[in-house]
Amino acid sequence: MEQLLDILRELHPETDFETETRLVDGGVLASFDIVMLITRIEEEFDVVIPAKDIVPENFNSAKALFALITRIGEQDD
Amino acid sequence: MLFPSWAFLLFLAVLVPVYYLVPKRIQWIVLLLANGVFVCFAGTLGAVFMAVTVASVYAASRGMDTLFTRQRETLAEMKTTHTKEERKATRLRFEKKRRLILVACLVLNFGILFALKYGAMLGKLSAGLFGVKAFGQDLALTMGISFYTFSTVGYLLDVYRETIPAERNPFKLALFTSFFPLLVQGPITRFETVGRALAEPHTFDGRRFLSAALRIAWGYWKKLIVADRLLVAVKALCAKPSVYRGDFIFVEMLLYAACLYADFTGGIDITIGVGEMLGVRIEENFIRPYFSKSISEYWRRWHITLGEWFKRYVYYPLSVSKPMRDLSKNTRRIGVGFSRRVPVYLATILVWALTGAWHGSNLTFLVWGILNGVVILISEELKPLYARFHQRFPKLSASAFYRGFTVIRTVLLLSSLRILDCYGTVRDAFSSFFSMFTTWNWSAVFHGGVQSLGLSYYDYAIAFCGVLVMFALSVVQRKGAIRPRIQKRGTVFSVCVLLVLIGTILIFGRYGFGFDASQFIYNRF
Amino acid sequence: MKRKGFTVIGILLSCIVCFGALTAVSRLTAPKYHDTLIDGHLTGEYYDETTDHDVLFIGDCEVFEHFSPVTLFNEYGITSYIRGGAQQLAWHSYYMLEDALKTETPKVAVFNVLALKYGEPQSEAYNRLNLDGMRFGTAKLGAIRVSMTEGEDFMSYLFPLLRYHDRITALTKEDLTYWFSKGDPVSFKGYVMHTGVDPATEVPQENYDPKLPETSMAWLAKIADLCEQNGVALVLIKSPSIYPVWHAEWDDEIAAFAKARGLRYDNLIAENDLIGIDMNTDTYDQGQHLNVSGAEKLSRWFGAILQSEYGLTDHRGEAAYDADYAALTERYENEKQRLSEGN
Repeated sequence: MEQLLDILRELHPETDFETETRLVDGGVLASFDIVMLITRIEEEFDVVIPAKDIVPENFNSAKALFALITRIGEQDD
Repeated sequence: MLFPSWAFLLFLAVLVPVYYLVPKRIQWIVLLLANGVFVCFAGTLGAVFMAVTVASVYAASRGMDTLFTRQRETLAEMKTTHTKEERKATRLRFEKKRRLILVACLVLNFGILFALKYGAMLGKLSAGLFGVKAFGQDLALTMGISFYTFSTVGYLLDVYRETIPAERNPFKLALFTSFFPLLVQGPITRFETVGRALAEPHTFDGRRFLSAALRIAWGYWKKLIVADRLLVAVKALCAKPSVYRGDFIFVEMLLYAACLYADFTGGIDITIGVGEMLGVRIEENFIRPYFSKSISEYWRRWHITLGEWFKRYVYYPLSVSKPMRDLSKNTRRIGVGFSRRVPVYLATILVWALTGAWHGSNLTFLVWGILNGVVILISEELKPLYARFHQRFPKLSASAFYRGFTVIRTVLLLSSLRILDCYGTVRDAFSSFFSMFTTWNWSAVFHGGVQSLGLSYYDYAIAFCGVLVMFALSVVQRKGAIRPRIQKRGTVFSVCVLLVLIGTILIFGRYGFGFDASQFIYNRF
Repeated sequence: MKRKGFTVIGILLSCIVCFGALTAVSRLTAPKYHDTLIDGHLTGEYYDETTDHDVLFIGDCEVFEHFSPVTLFNEYGITSYIRGGAQQLAWHSYYMLEDALKTETPKVAVFNVLALKYGEPQSEAYNRLNLDGMRFGTAKLGAIRVSMTEGEDFMSYLFPLLRYHDRITALTKEDLTYWFSKGDPVSFKGYVMHTGVDPATEVPQENYDPKLPETSMAWLAKIADLCEQNGVALVLIKSPSIYPVWHAEWDDEIAAFAKARGLRYDNLIAENDLIGIDMNTDTYDQGQHLNVSGAEKLSRWFGAILQSEYGLTDHRGEAAYDADYAALTERYENEKQRLSEGN
């Protein structure tokens, strides 16, 4: 989780990712950021996020995103 | 049937009572029949193309659904008897079949869209090159095909991704594809919301009806008082790129911005209002787009459904696709920053090129789309710079003045890009745009210039008042939706607002057989 | 319950206010046809008539500028009215007659045949000039239905605001003056006076179809039927204008029609010398239309025919008519005076 927060802060230092729950709907993360983010996550966590999981619900908060990463990681095994 | 026509109003006046009077069980069938009438009214050929889309997407989605079920059953059976690798191979086999179905269906539907959209252009081209008789020139663009193809294909992709189950009743899919208010100006909708809502029973609600009527009237207001009036001047300006240059282009930019906004959002207001009248909630397509502080924000607030569609089904899948990931890996030796940017850059430019192509078959639209993408990428790269600027001058950045500046900057920037869809050729568009910086002719603009565009001073004044009203309402709307606030003041007040809207449309709207005193020049015979 | 009643009344009231306001704007923006384009005023003036008529003229400018009901009365005691309008086409004339027959039954109807050369609606402007003033009724609805040119819609004839709302940006003093009043009549029982003189010149040649359009001939037959059903004697005439040309083939066709239906048909061009019309002095636009001098000569000559052939009563000496026509004659002479001084 901390690792993920680091990546997020790298992208938007000004946002409090621990509490924010409307990252996409609130306009913090634009599509550009999301793709950059996915590229970084794939590097760091070694998971491939499929296109169908790239929906606002999964990116609106760091928590949701972490849950997604965990879920995909488990599926791969 | 266009929104501002007696035929459309009559169609609604007949449909709405019938829709609520028939038994709830067959309500959706009545709506489907109404859609059929609407589609056939626009041309039976269009109805055939639409039927092909519905049939093919239905067959494909059902096929996928069956494959999903069989895959689950097979894998369950294999669970104890086969190894993990064997099971994976089986899954991949099913996935391959599904992909085959998907690709075939996409090729067919986008093929139709492409042929109809570009057919005329290709026909002209082939006629010019080989002297062959042009084909497809007579195929007028079928009503709403860009919108319903995207909506229906979106449904197919959702089924493919297993986000939603396939609809079992082909007529309910047809109901979604052919839903008539969406065929005029969109928006692109999603089956899981609009498609499902269409098939459900709806009960008449007077309050909702009045609210819907207000929205429809407001849509007509914007369209007939502002858009159709300014369109006259915009058309005149665009028609003569060699005459109207320099500061005329600035005038054109502003008029077109107001005209396009009033036309497009007005149309969507009518669409959403008609949906509401029938008890169906349709997604919003605009959220005060001209209040955006950057181009990328603007695209999240203007024609939202199109942007969402492209993001969901093209941009994200493309940027996380295997070739893109490989490309990113292979370029890592050039630099981490570069390799990370490769997918997002390529995907952005491609999506914007497609968005441009979606808007029209002319080359100008393609250039317009790509330029939008370039501007968005540049502003993303400049973000750190802005951030430093904001850190340095926190007071200025937080001021209303600066916010206003960013909003105006965005409107001017996107209006500049839009010059491209005013002209037939890229050359004319660029030459017109740059003439703004080389030719100073404000005196010509205001001494006879703007009156030569087919509008009188009164017309400009009326349009200006219309724009002011739209602006004021947008400002009010920032604090919450307007119609509930009107309705809170009671039915009588709401009806009065509605009557004022209708009355002003009737008096100040631009419609009907244009009265022109010069037409009355009396030819003695 | 009380609240609901309040709401219903409130809605009704707002609708009434809205309707009233729109009606006022509609009247404001509709062309007044009083000081300009006066031809549009003619249709409506008929409804202000207080006396009935033995003769009704129907047709285009070749009736409303060529026959003077004042002369017909003062010379022969014939009471008449001209239901004519600018480029009033055959079907317009049919419905004008039908409209008039609802309130009176003349003994004779005189129809000028020139408009038969048009088989199709010609222009929206003339439709408006002729139909805007018509009273609401089946005749008006029928007339609108057959008159519309491409791009026009029915509703805008019933609700003129739909047609003229754009004029809100181009209002003139005339619109304000006649907003709620019709103003004085512009015609003398349908006659529009001109006093200028502009001698006839050579008539330009034109291509033409030797056969009159079937549609307009069908309307002529309908006019004949309508007269027959109502016991009105129909007289066909071709006014003595020399331009537009009335071709010999057309003349034959009408003569044949008249013969078959047992109607009287007078081609008055041939009789210009007998009537005494001099195209050097009796036309104000080079032979297309007669001026008041020409119109009076024609009326005197044609009145004699009407009186001898149809045995019309001499109404001179009947109090109701005398008062009406005396006032009209005074206005008529004043207008003649005013116009000739203007020349």
